[in-house]
Amino acid sequence: MTEQMDAGLVAEQIAATPGALSEPADGQEMGRGRRRKEDPKLLTGQTNWTDNITLPGLLHMAVLRSPMAHAKVLSVDVSAALEVPGVIAAYSGADLADVMGATLPCAWPVTPDMVSPPHTPLAVDTVRYVGDGVAVVVARDRYTAADALEAIAVEYEQLPAVVDMEEALKEGSPLVHESAGTNRTFLFDFPGAGADYAETVAAAGDDAVVVKRRFVQQRLLPTPMEPRAVVVAPIAAADDYTVYSATQIPHILRVMLALTTGIPEHKIRVIAPDVGGGFGCKLNVYAEEVLCLVVAKKLGRPVKWTESRSEHYQATVHGRDQVQDIEIAARKDGTLLGLKVELLADMGAYLQLVTPGVPILGAFMFPAIYKMAAYHFTCTGVFTTKTPTDAYRGAGRPEATFAIERIMDELAHELGRDPMELRKQNWIRHEEFPYDMVAGLTYDSGNYEAATAKAEEMFDLDGLRREQAERRARKDPVQLGIGISTFTEMCGLAPSRVLGSLSYGAGGWEAAQIRMLPTGKVEVTSGATPHGQGHHTAWSQIVADALGVPFEDVEVTTGDTDSSPKGMDTYGSRSLVVGGVAIHKATGKVLEKAKRIAAHLLEANEADVEFDKGAFSVKGSPEASMTIQEVALATFAAHNLPDGMEPTLDSDYVYDPENFSYPHGTHLCAVEIDTETGFTTIRKYVCVDDIGKIVNPVIVEGQVHGGLAQGIAQALYEEAVYDDDGNLTTGTLVDYLVPAAPDLPHFETGRTETPATSNPLGVKGVGEAGTIASTPAVMNAVVDALRPFGVRDVRMPATPERVWRAIHGSDAERAAAGTIAYGGASTSTTAATQEQM
Amino acid sequence: MIPAEFDYLAPDTVADAVAALAADEDAKVLAGGQSLIPVLRLRLSYPTQLVDLRKVQELRGVRDDGDALVIGAMTRHSDVVADPLVQQHAALVAAATATVADPAVRHRGTFGGALAHADPAGDLAAVALALDAELVAEGPGGRRSIAAADFFQDYLQTALSPDELLVEVRIPKLEGTWSVHYEKFNRVAQAWAIVGVATAVRREGGSIAEARVGLTNMGSTPVRATAVEAALRGVPAEAGAIAEAAQHAAEGTTPPDDLGGKADYRQHLARVLTRRAVATAAGV
Amino acid sequence: MARVRMRVDGVVYEDEVSPRTLLTHHLRDGLGRVGTPIGCDTSNCGSCTVSMDGDSVKSCSVLAVQADGAEITTIQGLADGPEWHPVQKAFREHHGLQCGYCTPGMVMAAVDLLKRNPSPTEDEVRHGIEGNLCRCTGYQNIVKAVLSAASELRGEGAHPGAFSTPPAGVPA
Repeated sequence: MTEQMDAGLVAEQIAATPGALSEPADGQEMGRGRRRKEDPKLLTGQTNWTDNITLPGLLHMAVLRSPMAHAKVLSVDVSAALEVPGVIAAYSGADLADVMGATLPCAWPVTPDMVSPPHTPLAVDTVRYVGDGVAVVVARDRYTAADALEAIAVEYEQLPAVVDMEEALKEGSPLVHESAGTNRTFLFDFPGAGADYAETVAAAGDDAVVVKRRFVQQRLLPTPMEPRAVVVAPIAAADDYTVYSATQIPHILRVMLALTTGIPEHKIRVIAPDVGGGFGCKLNVYAEEVLCLVVAKKLGRPVKWTESRSEHYQATVHGRDQVQDIEIAARKDGTLLGLKVELLADMGAYLQLVTPGVPILGAFMFPAIYKMAAYHFTCTGVFTTKTPTDAYRGAGRPEATFAIERIMDELAHELGRDPMELRKQNWIRHEEFPYDMVAGLTYDSGNYEAATAKAEEMFDLDGLRREQAERRARKDPVQLGIGISTFTEMCGLAPSRVLGSLSYGAGGWEAAQIRMLPTGKVEVTSGATPHGQGHHTAWSQIVADALGVPFEDVEVTTGDTDSSPKGMDTYGSRSLVVGGVAIHKATGKVLEKAKRIAAHLLEANEADVEFDKGAFSVKGSPEASMTIQEVALATFAAHNLPDGMEPTLDSDYVYDPENFSYPHGTHLCAVEIDTETGFTTIRKYVCVDDIGKIVNPVIVEGQVHGGLAQGIAQALYEEAVYDDDGNLTTGTLVDYLVPAAPDLPHFETGRTETPATSNPLGVKGVGEAGTIASTPAVMNAVVDALRPFGVRDVRMPATPERVWRAIHGSDAERAAAGTIAYGGASTSTTAATQEQM
Repeated sequence: MIPAEFDYLAPDTVADAVAALAADEDAKVLAGGQSLIPVLRLRLSYPTQLVDLRKVQELRGVRDDGDALVIGAMTRHSDVVADPLVQQHAALVAAATATVADPAVRHRGTFGGALAHADPAGDLAAVALALDAELVAEGPGGRRSIAAADFFQDYLQTALSPDELLVEVRIPKLEGTWSVHYEKFNRVAQAWAIVGVATAVRREGGSIAEARVGLTNMGSTPVRATAVEAALRGVPAEAGAIAEAAQHAAEGTTPPDDLGGKADYRQHLARVLTRRAVATAAGV
Repeated sequence: MARVRMRVDGVVYEDEVSPRTLLTHHLRDGLGRVGTPIGCDTSNCGSCTVSMDGDSVKSCSVLAVQADGAEITTIQGLADGPEWHPVQKAFREHHGLQCGYCTPGMVMAAVDLLKRNPSPTEDEVRHGIEGNLCRCTGYQNIVKAVLSAASELRGEGAHPGAFSTPPAGVPA
């Protein structure tokens, strides 16, 4: 592996063969499609899910949840529950008030005056969403605990639900948090790093074309297949606690549990055992984690809580739920002038760990890959009586990417231009990198031309356009639509100083440790905590290349604050670009020391010792050589080390990235729409992603597929629906439509390779790219198919009924099916006031 | 989620099962359990006792009874789909049953259980209605036969009294050469039908001699599209004539307004899907 | 309480259970067969799929008492000693799993499908596993894995072209 990539050299490579893929050299792990080390246990049922953990004397906790969206809690009587045989304890919020902490943490105060009301793990006097915890029972088994919940008597005094964001902001609206005096959480105003938007548009005078749209990002339920679970094992006498949790963030959780409960940090060990997916919703600090801990401490016995799916849909954070008013301005020749975005972001009832930060991450992403002079972004956070929102795959960036890619199509339509040509006219050309964006970011690298050219070739864009014209001409009941998404995203969170400037409560570094064992095997610990991504395989490949040891000789440990004590965990497509680079850097420290030892043992000058394929040799004396394994054994023996050297071949590295990572790509989607029923079928999906250098193409392809599935699901299938009383009507998998295998197409994936210049591996993140890119590609295709019918927008998900009404309905129905007025019909506002269809 | 406590009985005979039901008015019959067990887990129902029919051998299987095919109430969906008699004499039953839920659920769910559950979104009730099935119930007073048209009374409600058991379903064999199609419209593979259309068509030369049309999820009970059936009688087996007849599909229906779709959309779908189903069955 | 006897992954167990005990909880909490996880409460997700008397079933929608006398095979009993079932091997070779939570049920559903339909088309595979939700893979590699396993089980060797990238070296 080379050290810091030379930007000039990279640019030369790109110019020579745009986006060409590198093949792994013989014996090289980087780029090789290794089958995963994680798989054997997963495929044979030997996985250690949190709910699998049993301990002697284990008790089961269950949470009684509010059936009302908003109510005063007049009384909670747990006495009858205590009479249920097998019930050990039952507590109301008031009972635990002195131990459960004053509030669950929100780590991202996005403005200095953000309203951040207390969020106790159990409600004490007011419940604010259906699912808000009111009491807990602890029993000897899960069946008894479930029964005992029904014995708890709660008296509520119902208060009005607050379901719609725009209603919530009106004068006189019922308040979610009475003490706050407002439902407005914050107003975040970001004028960008460029010119003033209004002045820029005004200066263009008659040459300015302005297109405005309102897009609704419906609420989504992240739905990892494993619901959450927590087990807390106390050693009461020592006041020591081991917390097992199905979490993405054991390290952050440890800090936050200590801060919330007052139990000293060094007395808490957090373990994330095998975790069955997260997609952002396990990037949090939850009430049940705190409750299990304080109840286990109170009782001095181990306590488990396992979430059911229907409970998960109430008690685990939701995603998206934004209303986007976006305005784009261009000259008549198509040159972009600027972008103005006004966002409403539904926080739900409380601020969870990074709830307010999610829409703010999007603030930097609206200008996407396009050059423009001016940009202005504002976001209003709003409290409603619904389950809190927080990170869901992409977190802020899918919403932004959707809006810009959708409105680019609308602008092209307005200007009578081909949507791809308009993009090409305005995107950053590859020779212009690094490029300072109007949103203040510096994109280090990219080659949108190469990715697009490859995607167009794979897709047969011209052929499909011809077919589309034919279908339109013969008024075929099945119409074809073609959608484009030329996306980029910022991931690999993140340079700590940048996070600091955004008021985020922590840094963005990642930690790695390498230990070479006496027998030459290698132990690696990483703070990045996997939940399905294949870290153990990828990290092994990085280490094997760097140290010249066999892939099989590397063992990776993650997810335990005892054995991998430092970390910032896994989210925001950061594992490889921050955690993987940390590991690479840590191997460098091992090699540096091993080289000194080898030079000492080979009695050579260190400058004359070379390292290649796992062996140190002396320049000019090929016979004088020793393997890194021999060095490891010699270090262990410590018989002959340089003076003062510690007899270890370990290293420890904490890497703080210098920039975000900017993967990009071109996604092309063709849909067929049955205009009689409104049913949409994806006919073809092609994506070419550029994620720089890759460690494992098999894992990369899997990440892309899964990302696409979730992005397509937002476009066509999934929506969390609340009724006017604040009940989640899509509260089980019967009504919340997660696509199964027949519902998704075969994806055609390709890559171009434009190495990142901001990290020594040249890598970029891939975990969220598919999700971010695919939603607008699908929706642009849907709208494209319907343009002959005068349709200009369809609200997500594009259900058959919405599509049908957009085609055939009255002006009012067509307006409701999308978010744009037709004729005299007014557009509706947010998802909640939307007539359900 | 975990069911509340209940007592459990697994009798060997229909008579014992009926006696158990008669003795406890809050008892529920457990057939395949694929609808009931999720309902119990979500604590939407609190039966005192489950009367499990799994040991009652006489309720399983398909037999040829001359002019009718008889499907035992406890015959599993997967067995119905694979049964040669069903394929030969009640192909519409096989076609619709193959779309019920998913393979694992079809390994447990039963023909009688699905009909007795009487969910208008279920795929089989419309078929029973279209084929003039007779549902045979046994109670303390003996057996009685209930026409499908009388069996489905309202949403999740049937003509069975609490102490009666659905024991078998008689499906009259269709005389002559019929072809069938079940058209199911749902948003994702796992979802219930927004609308379903069960059709059987008998052609005579170039025209449609007779047709049966049953609709899924177009009201609180399955619906027989009699106006379509009448309109199809004797018309040429051509797209235009079928389309015209299918325009009657929504007549007299009162479909639900719910997450799956509003009533007017369902009525529109019924017309489109009926046209398609009849055309497919008629080979047009 | 009711007495239930069943053979699970080759071992006979006899226990007293409450009639409301779900088979999946009996397997997990009663018998310690925790290889089969639970992903929902409405029989949609299929994570808990096991084989019961030769048929795939969702063990969260079966009562333990209904399985009295049954022969149950879970993901933990699928391999023949150290030799994995071809479906297990194919899932690994074709990267048909990521977090692995749906995997036990998905593998059992695929095994059941191939028993009934040894030569499925891609569409038949997709419908054959429609009762099993996966949130990680987008299903594409699962479908590839099942097609490959079908080929293997028919004695035609593994399915070629697992990935758009060159094949890997020797699996670890």
